[in-house]
Parts: sequence; C-alpha cells; structure tokens
Amino acid sequence: MDIDSIKKEFPIFDNKVQNNDLVYLDSANSSQKPRVVIDRIYDFYSKEFSNVGRSVHYLAVAATNLYENTRTSVQRYINAKDKNEIVFTKGATEAINLVANTFGQKYLEEGDEVLLTELEHHSNYVPWHFLRNSKKIKIEFAEINEAGEITIEAIKNKITSKTKIISVTHLSNVTGAILPIKEIVELAHSKNIPVLVDGCQGAPHLKLDMQELDCDFYAISGHKMYGPTGIGVLYAKKKWLDDLPPYQGGGGMINEVKKSGISYGELPNKYEAGTMATAQVIAFNESIKFMEKVGIENIEKHEKELLDYGLDILGKNNSIKIVGNPKNKGGVISFTIEGVHPHDIATILDEDGVAIRAGHHCCQILHEKLKLPATARASFGIYNTKDDIDQLSQSIENCKKIFNI
Amino acid sequence: MDLKELYQEIILDHGKNPRNLRKTENFNKDAKGHNPLCGDNVHIYLKLNENKKVEDISFEGHGCAISMASASIMTDLVKGKEEAEVKEIVNDFLDMIKEKEELQNKILNEDEKTKLMCLSGVKQYPMRVKCATLSWHTLTSAIDDFQKIVNTES
Repeated sequence: MDIDSIKKEFPIFDNKVQNNDLVYLDSANSSQKPRVVIDRIYDFYSKEFSNVGRSVHYLAVAATNLYENTRTSVQRYINAKDKNEIVFTKGATEAINLVANTFGQKYLEEGDEVLLTELEHHSNYVPWHFLRNSKKIKIEFAEINEAGEITIEAIKNKITSKTKIISVTHLSNVTGAILPIKEIVELAHSKNIPVLVDGCQGAPHLKLDMQELDCDFYAISGHKMYGPTGIGVLYAKKKWLDDLPPYQGGGGMINEVKKSGISYGELPNKYEAGTMATAQVIAFNESIKFMEKVGIENIEKHEKELLDYGLDILGKNNSIKIVGNPKNKGGVISFTIEGVHPHDIATILDEDGVAIRAGHHCCQILHEKLKLPATARASFGIYNTKDDIDQLSQSIENCKKIFNI
Repeated sequence: MDLKELYQEIILDHGKNPRNLRKTENFNKDAKGHNPLCGDNVHIYLKLNENKKVEDISFEGHGCAISMASASIMTDLVKGKEEAEVKEIVNDFLDMIKEKEELQNKILNEDEKTKLMCLSGVKQYPMRVKCATLSWHTLTSAIDDFQKIVNTES
C-alpha cells in the first residue's frame, strides 16, 4: 500500500501549519478529509442541491437517490442484513441518545440496571444518566483490569437479573483496548439482554460485520471515518426499529397527521425527522468508498504497524508512561511524561506541527480510575507514517529539554 | 510564537514548586474553580484579618505548568495586600492578559510587576489563556463570597 499517494489525497497536508509540515496524530478525535469528500459537498451544493424525500421535481428525486445510495453503502460496509436498519443521525452521540431515550422510555423502570464500562466516552454515559434522573434506573460500570482492558469476566461480574441493556465501546479512545464484542453479545443474548456498541473508534479502524457481531445497536461517527461532520449512523436490528417509539417528531417521519392523532412513517423515515444533513450524508458515501478502495484490512494492517512502531519508540523512553497495555489494541497511544502536564506537552508539540490531544478525552470516569487528571494522546489514521512517529518522539525530547527533564 | 516566552524560567520554577500550595488554617473565604476542557481544578483559601488585609492565602489543585505557576505567583503577590488592592491587582492582571500591553496598578512594585508579566506569554496561545486566568477568577469569587464554582466555560 502506497501511503504517500494516499496521503496526497488529503488536501490538508498540502499546506504548512505554522510553517511546519502537519503531523496529524489526532484522528481518534476527528480524521482529516480526502479530496473526494470535500469535492462532493461542493459539487452537491453547486449542481445538485435539493431537499430529499419530499418534492417530485428532477433535483429532488436525484438528491433522494443519492441520499439513499449512502444508506446502501453503509449497509454494505457494515454488512447489515437490511438497508432499513441504517438510520442517519447527526453523529454517534445522537445515535446513542436515540437508543437511550426510546429504549429507556419503553423498557426501563425504577431499579433497572444499565451496564456500561469504565472505558466509556461521556457520550455513552450521559444519555443513560438522564434516565437515572427521570426513571430512577441504576448505572453499573464493568471494571477495567491492570492492562486497561474490559474482559468478558468483567462484564459477567456486573450482570444481574436487573440488567436491561449493555452499552459498551468497541475500541477505547484512551487505552486503545478492543473489547470482545462477540463474546459480550453472546453472553448478553443468553440472558435476553440487548447490546449497544459505541463504534466511534471501531468503525474507522476495524472490519465490521453486523450479522456476525450480532449486536442490537451500533453507533457510528462519520467525521472519524474521513467523512464530514454532522453525520452519524445508528445501526439497529430491524426488530428494534419497528418496536421502539420514534425519537424526534417533525416532518418526514410521519404517515398521517390529523387533529385526532398521528401515525408514524415506515423505516427508515420513522427516525429521520426534519431536513437531515443531506450534503454530508451524500459526501459520506465518498468516505465509505474511499475506505473500501484502500481496503479496511489494509487500514488495520497499516495502523497496527504504526502502533507497534510507536509503542516501541515511546516505550524505550524512560520518561514516558504509556497508559494501558491491552493485548488487543487499536491505533491509540495515551501517555504521560513525569513532570510535564499533558497540556504543556500538547502546546510544545504543536510548535513543531505535531497535533495531539491532551486532557481527559471525554473519559473522566476512566481518568479518575487511573488517578490521572489528564493524559496526552497520539492516535493514528491511514495517512500517518513512521516519520510522523519519529517527529513525535523528537518533539517529546524538546518537551523534556524545556522542562529540564 | 515563541515557546521560550511562554515557558520562562520563572514559570517553570513556580510550576514545578508552587508556592502556597496548601490549605490555610482558619481561612474565612474560599472558592473553587474548574476548567472542564482541561480538567484543571483549583481551590483558593483566603484569610482576611479584621482590617480586610490578606493575612494568608493558599491553594490546592492540579493543572498544567501555566495554571500552577499563575496561582503560585498570584498568591505570592497578593499576600499582605488589602482586599480592595487585591481586587485592583486581579482586574489589572486580567486586563493585561486580555488586551493591555502593561500592568497599570500602582500597588505592585516593579519587581513584582516583572514577575507577573512573565505570564503574558500566554497571550499568543489563546487556548492557554484560561489556564493562566482560572485562579485569578477564583480569587475574585472567594473575595465576593460567590457560591457557585468558577467555570472557565460559562
């Protein structure tokens, strides 16, 4: 695989950032966009724009077809059984909120338990917390082990007769741990508990097969998959989408509206109220096709090589502590440097054009557990090279120099 | 931009060995500050005597070199000052960090002002301004007996 030519497809790297070549190590936060995605948004607005699903004029029909084509691409990409199992949302956050809200409304009662893990991003905790207030449910957290992983035993330990749904991340955005989703789903289903997977970090980096994973819900973020912001996907088994109530009300999601009552639309319209992020959905198709062209196996392989190289280089540096050591790990390295706060690390690295993230990465529960107020995090995408990691390592040396370490 | 201007010796020194990082016994005013984006926390304790003079000031918390140094230098400089003077220094510092070139107050001597001006390097780093100002806003909150936790995002 020719990374140099892949990297050339991302216009952001054509320009200097503060007179430096950009070393972008913040893809777990949001990925950069290939030219095809950017151009698609421009072309759609310039030549093809219309609202979808409503009018009968030429542009409206063409735009509707384009919009639906993305749904078909997503279905293919994640190997969902049915096209109508793909619901577009404004992001993974909205996808999780949709499930927490509608499932909570219908199935959760006082004293019921929702099982999460200590690795969860705030977006897979706060929506459930709302139900703690409104429905007096309980939230349990499966605990991480020393390596920063969630084992199947950790899940098993927290399942009780009150557990009504399990909602877990596919890949931790801090420790990089990849969770044993298939085992978790099998275990949960043996007890009739549905499983939601927060796939924000899974979908951009791992091969997905919904029929094989067999989870009930899978939340996807578009902007982490080389796609536009403002677009996400909720995959849900058809039986759930048929069964659960609508999430938001508005145009497009109804069947018939009368003063005496309202009936709701068929799938997938039922969950897509109002004018959706049309241009972004259509451009998201290009992200998926881009990833298919590169090949998810190649992406996985490339990022694994970067990870191994990064762990090796940073692991040799005695001042650096890497957070977590999961056996099955994605392209994320969170670290601390003794004597330098992560925010100072990020500012100093930025001076060399090295973009990382510092803070709690929206995982305060995990950071509290690790007894770390903040960590620095380098995360990889398809455009990264070993040179980027060498530059990271060199800039870390500069950091140590400034802080006299 | 120049990292050397941001991370001057005095900042690194105060960041590494913050002065007054403790809890004042018998404090009569205090306030908490929080920066939700960084996770930085500060708790300021103040002991004003009957003449409204700062008999002691201290802080607890954690944060980056800039925020620790800023709290450390601040507590050093306002100790022994009267409440009204403290407020003037705080406002003057916040004005300087926001827009003004120099400190205007006549309370601090030149050496003290030079020390404080070491923090002016953050002006070139908009994302880091909050690190430098958190403890100062929190001090105002403590003096005014403002009950709500100071939050850099609201």
